[in-house]
Amino acid sequence: MIREKFRILTLDLSSGHGSIVTMDGRDAVAGGSGLASVLFTRYGHPEKPWNDPDQPLIFAIGPLTGYFPLMSKTVCAFKSPYHDQYTESHAGGRSALALRFADLDALVVLGKATRPSCVIVGSRHLEVKEVPYLWGKDVFESGKMLRDVFKGEGHRSILRIGPAGENGSAMAGINADSYRHFGRLGGGAVMGTKNLKAIGIKGDATFQLPDSKDYPRIFQDVYTKLTDTDMMSKYHDIGTPINMAILNETKMLPIRNLQRTSDPGISNITGEKFADLALLRNAACAGCPVGCIHIGFERERFQKEHRYIYRQVSYDHEPIFAVGSMLSIEDCFSVLAIIDMAEKMGLDVMSAGVALAWATEATEKGIISEKETVVRLSFGDTEGYKEAMVHLGRGTNEFYRLMAQGTLKAAEHYGGKDYACVLGQEMAGYATGEVYFTSQALGFRHSHLDSAGYSYDQKETSKDASKAVDFLIKDEQGRVLLTSMVACLFARGVYTDQLLAACLRAVGYDFLAENLGPVSRNIQQIRWKNRLATGFVPEKVTIPKRFYEITTVKGPMDSVFLSGLVAEYAKAIRNLVQ
Amino acid sequence: MKILTTPRMERCIGCHSCSLACARLVHKNLSWDTAGIRIASSGGLSTGFEARTCVACDPAPCVRACPTGAYSQRKGGGVVVRKNLCIRCGECARACPVDAIYLDATTEPFVCIHCGRCVPFCPHDCLEMKDVPGSGAVTTEGGAA
Repeated sequence: MIREKFRILTLDLSSGHGSIVTMDGRDAVAGGSGLASVLFTRYGHPEKPWNDPDQPLIFAIGPLTGYFPLMSKTVCAFKSPYHDQYTESHAGGRSALALRFADLDALVVLGKATRPSCVIVGSRHLEVKEVPYLWGKDVFESGKMLRDVFKGEGHRSILRIGPAGENGSAMAGINADSYRHFGRLGGGAVMGTKNLKAIGIKGDATFQLPDSKDYPRIFQDVYTKLTDTDMMSKYHDIGTPINMAILNETKMLPIRNLQRTSDPGISNITGEKFADLALLRNAACAGCPVGCIHIGFERERFQKEHRYIYRQVSYDHEPIFAVGSMLSIEDCFSVLAIIDMAEKMGLDVMSAGVALAWATEATEKGIISEKETVVRLSFGDTEGYKEAMVHLGRGTNEFYRLMAQGTLKAAEHYGGKDYACVLGQEMAGYATGEVYFTSQALGFRHSHLDSAGYSYDQKETSKDASKAVDFLIKDEQGRVLLTSMVACLFARGVYTDQLLAACLRAVGYDFLAENLGPVSRNIQQIRWKNRLATGFVPEKVTIPKRFYEITTVKGPMDSVFLSGLVAEYAKAIRNLVQ
Repeated sequence: MKILTTPRMERCIGCHSCSLACARLVHKNLSWDTAGIRIASSGGLSTGFEARTCVACDPAPCVRACPTGAYSQRKGGGVVVRKNLCIRCGECARACPVDAIYLDATTEPFVCIHCGRCVPFCPHDCLEMKDVPGSGAVTTEGGAA
C-alpha cells in the first residue's frame, strides 16, 4: 500500500521467528534497487563471506509495484558466491505482486535453518516449515511437491532452488514461478547455504486505491501505450530472440565460444524459427499485459515404440545464445533440451552455457579431457551438453565443482584464460564491441541490462572513451531509477522520467516525483558504495584476450580504445561514490 | 441483458489484468482477490489458467443461500448484491458451485456484476459479454444460463 515508510519483514531462519520493521527512506531511495541497497547496508556484513549465516538475502519491490502495468519485477540482493561482493539479480513472475499483496516492501532472510526448510509468508501468515524430503530434488520435482505446501494457486509465488543451489554453485539461480529466474551471480547458492529450499509468498491483502482523480486516467494512458501501440511489439511478437538474426547479420553474435560472430549455421535457431516451429504458447508476469514469456516445447522419445514425454521450456535470446550459438547447437529443439536440463538443475542457463563453451574449446585444445569432463564435450553435441549440465549442477567431480564457481576459476587452474568469455561473469549474448564489453566487465550487475552499451556500439561511430563512459553512467542512472520502482526494463521506452513522475504523483509520492534526478543519483551511489565496500576493485578488471580478437560489421576490435574505456569507466565509478 | 463469459481461456497468459481492472474500476481497490473475476493456474503454470467468475446461474444457489435477502436474482442470470443487507455470514460463497464468490478477511463477498469492465483489459480476448436470449424471463430449469 501507499505509505511513506517501508514495511519490511525480517526473518531469522535460525530461530524461525520474524519481525516487522518500519523504516524511513522512501524519499531517498524509493524502493527496489535503492531499498535493497539500504537493507544491505543495515543487515549485511561486508567483511564476512557470502555464505556466513548472518548475511541477508533480500527481496524488494518498489513504490509503483502493482499500481501500474509492468511494475512487475522483484529485486533480489545478496553477497554473491561468484565474487563475494554485493550484487542484485532481478526476476519477473508473480513475486512482485505477491509481495505487494503480502503487504511487504521487502523480505529479508537472515540466519540458517538447522534442517532443509521452506518459508511461507503472507499478509497474515509466517511459517518456516522443514522439508528435508525436498533436498536433492531437482527444480521440476520440487516444484510439483511445493504446490501442495503453498496453497493459493494463481495468487502465490514460489521461489525455489535445484541441486546447483544446494551445492553452493556460483551459477545457481533462484527459479521464480517456473518460467522466470533470479538467474545470475549465484542467488540460488545463497538460499542453499541457508538450508532454504523454497519461499512461498501469498499475496492475500487488499488495499484502497489512492484518493486521486489522476490515478485512473494515468493508469489508462500507460495501459494504452503498452497494449495499443507498437512500443512493446518486439516483446509481444517474436520476443527477445529476434536479436539472434539481427546480431548474426551484423557480426555481433557470440558463436562457438566467441570464435566467430556470424555464421549461417544459426539459421535454425533464430527467433523467427523458434516462433514458427517450437513456440507453444506465451505467458505473462503478474501485472503485465504484454506477456513476453515465450514457452517452447521439446519432446523426448523414451521407448523404442513411439512413446514420448514432452516438456515446456521458456526461452529468450540469452539462453538461446548461451546453449545455442555458443555451443554450435543448430536446431531449436536441441537448444530447448539443453535449456531444460539447466533449468532442472537450477543453473543459470547463460552462465552454464558459456562455461561449457569454454570447456569445449579447452577440450579441443587438449587442456582438459574426459578425465575432467566425464562426458566428451564437442561443439554441436546436444546429448553431451545435456549430460554435462547434470554434472555441473550436481558438482559431480572436482572439475565441475570448480567451474561452477566461475569459468575463470577453472581457467586459472587448468589454463585457457585467454578464451574464457568472462566479463565480470560469463558474457551475455552481445558481441557488439568495445563499449558493451566494458559495460558488462565493469557494470554493477555485470549484466547487459546495467546500461545500453550494446546499443551504443551499434549506433555510435566515434571512438571517444569519455563520451561513451558518460553515456554508460547516465544510462545506468536512468535504469536504476526504473529498477527502484520496480519496472520491467522492457518498458523503459514507455516509462520516461516524465511518465514516472506522473505515476508517482498520482499515487501520492509527490517528493519522489519532484526529485527523480537526485534520488536516482543517490541510489546509484549507494549501490556502488556497497559493491566497493565488499571488495570490488574496478582498476583490476581485465578483459580476456578473446574479446580483443573479434570482428564485427564495424571492423576488428580496437584494443587501444577498449583498454582506454576500461580505465575511464573504472575512474568514473570511483568518482561516482566520492 | 448481457453476461460475462470466458469462452477463450485457453489463450490466458496469467497477467491478472482482468482481476486488477475489476478491483480497480468496480470496487476501487488494489487487489487481485476482491474482484468478480479471479485467475488461478490450473495445477501449476504448465497447465494454463482458469477463471473463477460467476457463470450466471438462474436460479442462483447463492440467492437461495443468502439468509438476509442481500442477494437477489439478476435478469438473465447472476446476482445483484445489496451489501447494506449483508451480514458477512459467507453462506453465498459456500453455496456457489464454481467458487466464484471471494470473501475478504472480514467475510465481505465480492462477485461479478456482469458489467464487462474487465473485458477490454484482456490482451488475448479471452473474455466476452454475451446476450442472453429471452433474458427477460427467469428460467425454471436451473443451472448455468
